[in-house]
Formats: sequence, structure tokens, C-alpha cells
Amino acid sequence: MTPRTVKLRVNGEAREGQAEPRLLLADFLRHELHLTGTHVGCEHGVCGACTVIVDGRAMRSCLMFAVQAEGTEITTVEGLGTPENLSPLQDAFHRHHALQCGFCTAGILTTMTALLKEEPDPTPDRVREVLSGNLCRCTGYIPIVDAVLDAAEKIRAAKA
Amino acid sequence: MQPKPEGLDPKTFIGQPILRNEDARFLTGGGTYSDDVTRPGMLHAAILRSSHAHGLVRGIDASEALALPGVVAVYAWADIADIAQPIPIRLAPLVGLDRFPQYCLASDKVRFVGEPIALVVAESRYIAEDALNLISVDIEELPAIVDFAGASAPKSLLHDAHGTNIASAYEVQRGDVKAAFAEADYRRRETFVCQRHTGVPMETRAVIAEWDVAAQHMTVWGATKVPFPNRATLAKMLGLEDKSVDLIEVDVGGGFGIRGEFYPEDFLIPFAAKKLGRPVKWIEDRREHLLSAQHSRDVSCILEIACKSDGTILGLYAELFVDLGAYVRTVGGVVPAKAAQFVPGPYRIANVGCSVQIFLSNKTPVGTYRAPGRYESNFFRERLIDMAAHDLGIDPAEIRRRNLVLGSEMPYGIGKLVPYEPEGEYDTGDFVAAFERALQDSDWNALNARQGEDEDGWLHGTGLACFVETGGAGPKETARLVVRKEDGGINLFIGSSALGQGHETVFAQICADALGIPFKGIRVFHGSTTYLDEGYGTYASRAIVMGGSAVLNTAETLIETMKPLAAEALGFPNEALVWKAGRFETESGGSSIGLAELAAATAQEIRADGSFSSTRRTASYGTHVAHVAVDRRTGKIRLIDYYVVEDVGRIINPLIVHGQAVGGVVQGLGGAFLENLAYDENGQFLAGSFADYLMPTATDFPSIHCTSLELSRAPSNPLGAKGAGEGGTTAAGAAIGNAVSAALRKYGAEVHELPVTPSKVWSLIAQAKAAAGQ
Repeated sequence: MTPRTVKLRVNGEAREGQAEPRLLLADFLRHELHLTGTHVGCEHGVCGACTVIVDGRAMRSCLMFAVQAEGTEITTVEGLGTPENLSPLQDAFHRHHALQCGFCTAGILTTMTALLKEEPDPTPDRVREVLSGNLCRCTGYIPIVDAVLDAAEKIRAAKA
Repeated sequence: MQPKPEGLDPKTFIGQPILRNEDARFLTGGGTYSDDVTRPGMLHAAILRSSHAHGLVRGIDASEALALPGVVAVYAWADIADIAQPIPIRLAPLVGLDRFPQYCLASDKVRFVGEPIALVVAESRYIAEDALNLISVDIEELPAIVDFAGASAPKSLLHDAHGTNIASAYEVQRGDVKAAFAEADYRRRETFVCQRHTGVPMETRAVIAEWDVAAQHMTVWGATKVPFPNRATLAKMLGLEDKSVDLIEVDVGGGFGIRGEFYPEDFLIPFAAKKLGRPVKWIEDRREHLLSAQHSRDVSCILEIACKSDGTILGLYAELFVDLGAYVRTVGGVVPAKAAQFVPGPYRIANVGCSVQIFLSNKTPVGTYRAPGRYESNFFRERLIDMAAHDLGIDPAEIRRRNLVLGSEMPYGIGKLVPYEPEGEYDTGDFVAAFERALQDSDWNALNARQGEDEDGWLHGTGLACFVETGGAGPKETARLVVRKEDGGINLFIGSSALGQGHETVFAQICADALGIPFKGIRVFHGSTTYLDEGYGTYASRAIVMGGSAVLNTAETLIETMKPLAAEALGFPNEALVWKAGRFETESGGSSIGLAELAAATAQEIRADGSFSSTRRTASYGTHVAHVAVDRRTGKIRLIDYYVVEDVGRIINPLIVHGQAVGGVVQGLGGAFLENLAYDENGQFLAGSFADYLMPTATDFPSIHCTSLELSRAPSNPLGAKGAGEGGTTAAGAAIGNAVSAALRKYGAEVHELPVTPSKVWSLIAQAKAAAGQ
């Protein structure tokens, strides 16, 4: 299959790369654009590890082809913050020990970043409901829920 | 638990909830996991796996695959036959098991769905997977063995040469079981089943291999758990010296016992890289993972208890039936051996016997998963104790209190219940104190008063389960400390591997205290064979006990090593110097020199090597309490609250220990309620996706309360640490089995089998009603 050029914006920058029509967006981000922070956990849309934000919505990059992302605006975990300047959500994950092996973390951060943008004051049950689309095998989820609620509060306070 | 605020500057770091060093890179996409490793000119591999449970391989035709553009090579048995060696047993060498090893590719037979048949190497993973579909394999199907009945009355043999599907069978005993049962007031015999389930880390397995032909050196990325013994295995298989092979541990996305054992791919990928002279990467996909990463549990038990009428347990006799799958791999024997050893658990039971039948089936080979053998036996024993308590009219808490081993009985000998080990013991502990604390934390008396209460069709039930786990020992662990020239900080190299627990933080805490220096200046390098000449790895909750103690010993050596250098630099004799808060000072206090100045003043690198050895295991122990409500109309179960109290000896980082406990509970609850590596009667695998193999999600178990205690330090190691990390998992099946049975008490229904699913509970209720003529 002939590769096509895919142009899109990733983490605020214009990017382009080559993609066969069947190339998954996850593989395109990881291996063509070298953004390896997005992880692939199941390749069938259940675990959520590969979640990225596409035009404001949390999407599974293993269930999208790269060519479908033409012209979109994508945020990956690399676009959320830096080690020196963590986002409020990343910082809350650190403080609450909401990650252990870190493999599922990128997908959870992107999912929850999208959630807090839409719903700045979610209830614990709402956080759990949305989080239930991501699998974490290490933490038991409890510190993740705590971290998301804590971050939500801090983001609201900063805006107030 | 709320961590202490940033900027914390404790006098000691051990015991503090220090936030993890690892987090910043994991949170920003900066981790390097196996699939992030890329080498120049790298090829990609995919593996053709058997879709048959049992059959004769009549022929393999890869010509079409080889003709596909981009395919570089296809390897099958014929290509490795002249050098093929079986995967060796690493632990638990029970008599007979070594007859059934796995080779890295199937030869004349396939014995489970998922067994590797051929390896395709291509320019991309996509092409390699395309090529898999172009290989035709002619397999003549044979009848599949899927249970003990089939294995023991064989219509079909997995390994014809040995004439049996029973891999090993043995009896162990302490005391006089026969006499105990003869004199007992009460006996009960029940059959229990713990289903096949396993660790399923979020990162699948991976191997990237590169052969340096000029140096005749093999480098393999993706190693973890036990890189040093795996290096020796791979070197032997490739006909190389150990020093010609390095295993590199990058960031690891979870292990839980199953990841990092030696698998067929750990040979196949380096073999291909060496043969082709190009780096080769293989990343397991999720279906492959569920099919071929080691399964675990899968133990059935006929358990009989003998008691006095006051509930004193006189004896236990267990017949264990353990399905090891098609081959005996590195640690398969641990599951039956530890299931048998932990049948009596934390109780004072003088007379214990186990008959263990270890059989083969046409299923994926078994290995260890968090609390191996223990999870199963805790379920069997704790269920039967509850049944006995009910029969004898004794409260479930009271019967446990009467039988738990007392602190005054420590060290408590547990006899020789493992054929390949000497007599065992529980080193220290106050089992009753942890038990009482769990009753208090959970407000047991209030919960117990609600047993069976019907609240709008939801029946309340509460279950108790007590456990003890021994671990934290084994081959020696090694450490090296190097003083960095540029800033006087410490580079800490450790043979222990890290699978996501937070070792870069806890080893730095231990080192900071041992040297009296700031935590921030210590960088931890772990796992890879390039860092140290020898080392071992991380399993059986041993990393802190063994690796942490090696760091302590090495720090002492480093101070001794530096002393003459400091004496020379300061112009005082050795004996005039004392090491204090990271500096050598003269006793009078006049002059001093720190690590940075010392490193600057010394031409050679300042470093020290050290190790720690212990064969004496540490006993971690505790109690689980589960409170459930069961919908009597649908069988649906809601976990209302879950409590764990465990003693882990000494807590290096309470934040991390707490995380291990809570995460461990949720894994244990997955096994109790959801997870099942199911097969049909033909040995066809039924759990090959995350839509079929259900793991806990965020909505399942929101209310978990864990307390870790430091009641009894371990005498085996200078830290006093015990294993931490398996206590949350180990008794979850037991506590849930008891809680659900308590909820169903009015029907007289008892849980005998995990997982406890709504359909099973509904059936239990329906059967009980039918039996009662309702």
C-alpha cells in the first residue's frame, strides 16, 4: 500500500509524516512522529492506554487510522506538561501516588484532561465512570480518583 | 494517605512518604519502555502460534510468506533443531517436573493454543503479521486434555515418551494426621476450585536483540525480574560466555510475577538477530499475551478439617490437584509447592498432610502470579474454617482467634511441607494483633451483627480471612556505590530489577540514611547486567529485603574505603576520623571533608561493592475483611467495603507500601470476581481479549482501606524489612468467598469456586431453593 502524507497539528505544532492507509494513529504517533509517550496496551480499544485528545475529545489512537487524523489537532501526554512544569493533573498524580509502573498513565491523563475541560467539577462517581474506560493494573484506581478530584479543585481555584 | 508537603527535609528518609523519583518522566511521556527502544536497521518479528490445543505437526510451508516483499526470514523447528535447548527450571525442582520442559519452538507436536510454531522476521511489524497468514501448517489433531480426570485416565498423552500426564506427585506431612482425625469431635470435607487467572501487566512482553558481530556480543532489551539468571540461560542457549551477553532493563510496565521469566521469545529474537546480523524487535500483542504469557492459580483441592468441639483445629488434610499446562516452565512448580505449604496458613495446626497431584494439560504453561499458591490455599482453608465455625456454633472471628499462632510461639516451625526445602518457619510476628486491628478497623462487631440482613433484596455478608506469606530471601543480591566526581553525589547500582514499584525512590532512601547524605543526590540504576558483574533480581517480595540490605552493607564498605583517602586528604590518621552526616570529621571537630571534595581530591573512581545473602524467609501476615451485599434476585454482588491489615516488618516508604496494598487488593478482587482464563472441552482458549478476560475497572471496587503495620521486624536482615506487596492480593479470594457465603447463609449455600460471578451466585440460590422445595 502506498504511503500517504498526513498533516496535522500535534501538541500545538504543525507535523507531517508518511502513513500507509492501514497504519494506526497510535503507531503513527509513536514510530513516525517519535512521540512514544502514547502507549499501546491492547490494540482493541479496551484498555485506553493509547488515548490521545483529538480535536478536544479523548480518542483511542489504536482504533483510528493515521489518515483519519488528517487536519486534526491532537494532544498527547507530551503536550500536557514537562517535568519542570507539570500540569495540575500531572502534579496531583505525583502527589497522590496515582501511578506505579506508569504504562497506563498517559492514556488516563489525556482522558481526564479532556474530562476536566468539559466538566470542571465532576463528582467522584462521574470520575470513576469516565475512568472505567481505562485499565490500570497497579494502583487499584483509588489514588487516581483522588488525584483527579484534587486537580479539578486546584484548576477551579486558579481560575476563580 | 496524604504525602507530606514538598520541601520536606527529614533527618532520616527511611519511613518517610517520599514522592517518587520515577514520576516526572512517567507523567510527561518521558519513560522508556521496551517498545520505545529502536536500533538502527532494526527488523520486526511476529510469531506464528498454534491454533490447536493438541496435534501432530505434519508439515510447515513458509514459501508464500518468504515471497512476500519485506519478509526477511522465517524460522521453524528445523532451523533451530541443531542448537535447541529446553527452557530450564529456575525454582521448585519437584521430582519429575524436569521431564516436561518446553523448547522454544514446537517440533513434532503442538501442545497448547498459543505455542510458538514459527518466527517471521520482516522490515515492519505489519508485514511480519501479514506473513503469518501466508504460512500453512498441517496439523493432525489429537484429543485434548483439559482437566485432572482427562490427565489421569489418559486417552491422550501430551509427552508420549514419559507415558503419563502426571508431572509429579508427592505427599508431605507434619504431625500425625491420621491420629488427629481419629480423635476429633468434628470433621468436614469439601471440594474447592481456584480458577486459572494471571498477572496481565498493562505493558505486554517485549524483546529487542542486537548482535555485535565484531565484538561477538549480544545485547537484549526488555529484560526484567531476574535478568542475571536469564542472561546465563540465554548465553548457554547461544553457546556464548555470560560476559558476551547483556540484558538491559528499561522501564517496565508491570510484572506481578509473570513478566521476566525466561520465555521462548527470549531465545528466538536474539537467535534471529544473531543469524541475520541485524537488530530484531518483537512486541507481544494483547491476544498473544493472554495466550502465551504464563498463566497461574488453577488449583483444585479436597480439604478436610478436624476440630475439637471448641473449635480448636487438630488437623488439616488436603488433596491438591494442580494444572501446570502443557509444559513445566521456569517456576511452575512454585504454585503446587506453595499451595501445599500454606494450607495451614497462620494457624497453630499440629497435624497437616497434603497429597499433591501435579498434572499436565493442553493449556498455556503455568508460573507464578502475585501470592502464588497462597491465594489458592487461603481460599480453601478460610472457606472451610468458616463452614466449621458455623457447624460448631462458633463466631468466625472467635474460631480464628483461638487458633492463630501466638507471638510467644515465634519463631514457629512449620515443618517440612516442601519436598525441596528444609524445614520452614514463621520468623516473627503477632498474628493476633494484626487480626484484632482488622476487626477494629472494619468495626467487625457491627458488621457481624448484620450478617444475612435483607435490605431491599440485597443480602449483607461479611467475611474474614487470615494469611501469612513467607518470602524475601533467595540467592544473594549485589550493589555498587560510586561517588560521582562532578558533584559528589552517589550512583547506586543494584541487581534488583524494578517493575514499576518505585525502586528508584526506595533504594535512594535507604542509601541516603546509610550514608547520612541528601536523598536528592542519589541516582539509582537497576536490573541491567551491564551495571554489575553479578546480581539476581526481584521476585517473592525480595527486592527491599535483599537489595536494600545489600545497599546497607555496601554503604558501610564505601565508608571504610573512603576513610584512608580522607585521612590522607586531611592529614590525620584513620583512627582520628569519624563519618558523620555525609562527611569525615576529626574527632576534635577541627577539620572535615565531604564526598564532593574527596572525589575531587582522588584520582581514581571512589566506589564500593557489596552484597547481601539470606536463606531465612520473612513472614508477612495479616487479615482481610470483606463486606458485600448480594442481590438475591439477580446474583449481582456489590463490594461495600474492604479492609486489610498487614505487618510488613519495616516500612521504607509508606506511600509506596500503601499503593502496593491497595493495588494488590484490587488484583486479588479481580481473581475473586472477574478474571478467568477459560478453555472449552477441546482445549480451545476462550479469553483472548480484554472483552473476554475481565479485569477490575474504576467503578468496581471504590472502597478499600489498607493499614500496614511495623509490628515485628525481620531478624534475617539489617533493615528488619519483610516482604510487602503480596499481602493485599493473597487473601482476597478467601475473604470474598466467606462474605458471599455469609450473605447466602439463609439458603445454606456455600461458595466453593472462584470467581464468584453473578450467574454462579444466582445458581447457588436457585439450587438451594430447589433443594428446600421452594
